[in-house]
Amino acid sequence: MTTTGPPSCALELSDVHMRFGATPVIRGVSLEVHEGERHAIIGPNGAGKSTLFNLISGRFAPTSGSIRLAGAPIEGREPYEINRRGLARSFQVTNIFPRLSVYENIRCSVLWSLGLKYSFLHDVAKLPQVNARTDEVLEQIGMTERRDTRAGVLAYAEQRALEIGITIAGDARVILLDEPTAGMSRAEAARAVTLIRAISTGRTLVMVEHDMSVVFDLADRISVLVYGEIVATDVPVRIRENATVREAYLGRSA
Amino acid sequence: MSDASRGSDSPASAGSKARSASPAPGATTTSVRARRSISALRSPWLVVAAFLIALPYAPGLDGNFGRSLLSQMGIAAVFALSYTLLLGQTGLLSFGHAVYFGLGAYASIHLMRAVNGGLPIPMPLVPLAGAAAGLFFGMLFGLLTTRRAGVVFALISLGIGELVFAAMRILQGFSGGEEGITANRGAGPHPFGLTLGPQIQVYYVIVFWAVVAAALMAAFLRTPVGRMCNAVRDNPERAAFVGYDPVRVRFIAFSVAAMFAGLAGGLHALNYEIVASEAVGTARSGTVLLMAYIGGVHHFFGAVLGAIALTWLQVSLSDYTTAWQLYLGLFFIAAVLFAPGGLSGLLLMHRPILKTRAFASVLKAYTIAALPTVIAAVGAIALLEINYRRATQPEVGTQMRLFGINLDTSTPWPWIGAIALLAIGAWLLRIAAARVRSAWQAASEEARSAPRPRTTPS
Repeated sequence: MTTTGPPSCALELSDVHMRFGATPVIRGVSLEVHEGERHAIIGPNGAGKSTLFNLISGRFAPTSGSIRLAGAPIEGREPYEINRRGLARSFQVTNIFPRLSVYENIRCSVLWSLGLKYSFLHDVAKLPQVNARTDEVLEQIGMTERRDTRAGVLAYAEQRALEIGITIAGDARVILLDEPTAGMSRAEAARAVTLIRAISTGRTLVMVEHDMSVVFDLADRISVLVYGEIVATDVPVRIRENATVREAYLGRSA
Repeated sequence: MSDASRGSDSPASAGSKARSASPAPGATTTSVRARRSISALRSPWLVVAAFLIALPYAPGLDGNFGRSLLSQMGIAAVFALSYTLLLGQTGLLSFGHAVYFGLGAYASIHLMRAVNGGLPIPMPLVPLAGAAAGLFFGMLFGLLTTRRAGVVFALISLGIGELVFAAMRILQGFSGGEEGITANRGAGPHPFGLTLGPQIQVYYVIVFWAVVAAALMAAFLRTPVGRMCNAVRDNPERAAFVGYDPVRVRFIAFSVAAMFAGLAGGLHALNYEIVASEAVGTARSGTVLLMAYIGGVHHFFGAVLGAIALTWLQVSLSDYTTAWQLYLGLFFIAAVLFAPGGLSGLLLMHRPILKTRAFASVLKAYTIAALPTVIAAVGAIALLEINYRRATQPEVGTQMRLFGINLDTSTPWPWIGAIALLAIGAWLLRIAAARVRSAWQAASEEARSAPRPRTTPS
């Protein structure tokens, strides 16, 4: 491992820029996410939060700047390469395998991490490790009862839980969650928070979230992204007090 | 079930489950049952084998015609199953799958000629050369075509199909063009007395390879990469975010499908002892698409049903009518419109209601609906045949024989009769359809309510 940042840095962005054509969307973001912390990114609509996630996870390549995962550069790599290096993400718009069962959704996410790659010499039903890990994740997201249901017909909150299940099943060290409680009722969101707390224990979590009660409940540190720039990164109490932040964001919504 | 989930504090627990409409308890139990029946299906390979061994001795099939028909069905089944790997399992719609069938057939016919010339290879092993050629060209063209799915893939597959077809017509020395090249399956070593002279021996060789291929393809779908084929079909982007390169997964599926198409081509060469340029042609690519679709792409073995149905229609319909391709087209349109799940979808649709008491009334309603269906079909066929005859063969006059009746189509009576049959049949069918519908409703309600007792709400 070639470390440039401090060894406790799980994810490190330095001076990342991204333009769509002539429009700058991310304008020089630098961010250090510590090993094991729960880091929330907040900001108004259109600030570039999802774009930032897309850059980190490999959906887009940044125009310039560097992104390091546990010290190793990952910017511009393919999503599957970044995933294999230990980063997994969920999506704001539910992104599951609709025609596969709940069980198979999770199992697909387990396969690579257990070293099975493109194997055509194993029968998946006869891989105890794979099935044990799949059962464990199902248990964790509370969907054991629904294992044989087609993912496409699940209720919305269940699909969101499955989305998180797919994200964590590969046992990635760094987890990105994009608006995990969006569109949920208060009760559903509360259950989602419990789940996120449980699955992020021992891992590094970065989340984009609009619900401020969720953010202040979960996050160890918060970064505020406004118009493609990070205007503040601090612990929740201090973010609440920060005048710039209040003006830019919290003043209007919280 | 409800007790367990109510006790847990998971996010997707009792509350959201109860609200998630009805399918919850019923769906789970049915699919558990489905899973059991699928795993139980793995053992009856022996039953299937015994059935296939006995088949060419069944009345009606025990002649040369029957055995030849069965051989063709076996070849079509392997070809259609390989196509299902692409379309049904990986979501790749190909208009050029015959390329791999045809090139496999050419590789095999050339090997047969070499065996005729003294190469000591037993003929029953020749189809393996077809599989090797299919795999080789599948990997070659797969590199070009599998970078994208959807329309781009479909169009490139069409282009490659045309390209290879044109090449086979130009490379006369290799392909024999439209006339094709021939070989003799009997001239070579005869292991265990297999001369491949009688059709039944050819049938058994084809059945052997067909069963091996079907078992291998089913096994492929249970491997990690096979499961990821389904994942890539459903959502290639998500597959990339769980560590898999969707292009690589498609490439592997494509190569494997091409290999089995090549094997089918090898069986074709062995069966017909001639391969011509039509073997790689677009018409054959279209036929395999129809087979897979009519059989049903959502279930792996649906392709076998489609292959059997279409081969039978092709072979026997052409005996009865020159308009057989018209019927084939109508059959396909009907399948797409009324049975998007294909024949296998129609059959599997009945699984949930199979054990209900109301199922008997469903069967009864089907029987009642059969008569008006036949009446309407006779009327429609008569109309079609009369028109077809008048349009395509005016020189033979207005006398024709239809369903054993001599007709003079210059008089209005055959027309009136046909239209009347069609109208009466259609009218009766409407009444019968209502009865089928209500029987279905009763049965599916019974099926839905059956597994409920365990989940009485408190």
